[in-house]
Amino acid sequence: MSEHTHDHGHDHEHSHPNQPDIDAEPMGYYQVMGSALGELLIEKAVITADELRSAIEDVDSRSPEGGATVVAKAWTDPDYKSRLLENGTAAVDELGIDMPATHLVVVENTEKVHNVIVCTLCSCYPRMLLGLPPDWYKANAYRSRVVREPRAVLKEFGTELADDVEIRVHDSTADMRYLVLPRRPEGTEGMTEQELVEVVNRDSMIGVTVPKAP
Amino acid sequence: MLVRRAYPPGHIRTPWYIRGKTGVVERICGDFGNPEELAYGRDGKPKQPLYRVRFMQNEVWEDYTENPSDTVDIEIFEHWLEPGA
Amino acid sequence: MRGSHDLGGLPAGTVDMAEHEHGFWEKRIDGIRLLLSDKKRQLISVDEMRRGIEALGKEAYDKLNYYERWTASVTGVMLEKGVITADELGRKMTEVEERDKARFENG
Repeated sequence: MSEHTHDHGHDHEHSHPNQPDIDAEPMGYYQVMGSALGELLIEKAVITADELRSAIEDVDSRSPEGGATVVAKAWTDPDYKSRLLENGTAAVDELGIDMPATHLVVVENTEKVHNVIVCTLCSCYPRMLLGLPPDWYKANAYRSRVVREPRAVLKEFGTELADDVEIRVHDSTADMRYLVLPRRPEGTEGMTEQELVEVVNRDSMIGVTVPKAP
Repeated sequence: MLVRRAYPPGHIRTPWYIRGKTGVVERICGDFGNPEELAYGRDGKPKQPLYRVRFMQNEVWEDYTENPSDTVDIEIFEHWLEPGA
Repeated sequence: MRGSHDLGGLPAGTVDMAEHEHGFWEKRIDGIRLLLSDKKRQLISVDEMRRGIEALGKEAYDKLNYYERWTASVTGVMLEKGVITADELGRKMTEVEERDKARFENG
């Protein structure tokens, strides 16, 4: 065993990543494991504390605003919308949003077709555009049921569609990631692109709700 | 295209509910590393063609009660697909 | 055998829409796996992590929450590859636990 006594001197704040504001309770087994893993990886110089901090900041920096910006632009710029539907990855790259390993498919809601996204096998999600997925997206109920009874699940979210609307479920099983392009709500004519960004909510880009005019 | 009715162990990204079902190719996504191999730290090469295949919900589920036009689109690797029904 | 993660079409209850604020420890494991899977290190792929989660078995899959499963899987793969040893991990976990206990004792 290596006699690696913990050096509180120079790297105290990096190697003790407990954050007092949230750790009001003793750490659970897996929190201990994660903490130990992080410390060992830093000690072995597999990762550095700075890299870890930066990676966490990157996770934190993503939010649904990225996706909302894309949608608002598609609502106001028909050429952009065509490009977006043709090649989602390239179109969001125009706005500075990078999809490193996966490809983006943007699916458009119309009067006749409503799209909803799921990853039945795990929790694949367009994080670059929407940030971290909500708990329900990753949980069993949604993943089991939306592929089998989408209309019933949408109703639980307060979304009711006309009977003749075709619901298209997309199960994200491989390298594609999906963004729903919701229909622009009535009553938003005359709003600026920036104002429209506020109208697009995260759940409408997953497809469980539709955006509403303010 | 028919999704093969096979049930191997291992890391499989073809969901259980779609095996043995028939759909139509909605688009060819391109070639991607095989997740079944990548799962074990191998390089997943040669890359495999990936398709988006569209299925009618009322053909996937025996008791589907919602709109008969409803569909489900799933990304499936070529080696899981066979022509015909 | 159907994998315990392969949920499409299984019976389930209503969707619980409550959302929780992501804790620091959750973002940390996310950060760790992002770094381990990057071009510089290539020590784990997302496929390996998913396979590791699926291999936890049904009981663990149901009992552990999302980030606990990630933690278990990523740690397991690092052990498999010898990036860390079980002995190092065990000792470090004890150290972390004792430090944590002391935090509470010291008020």
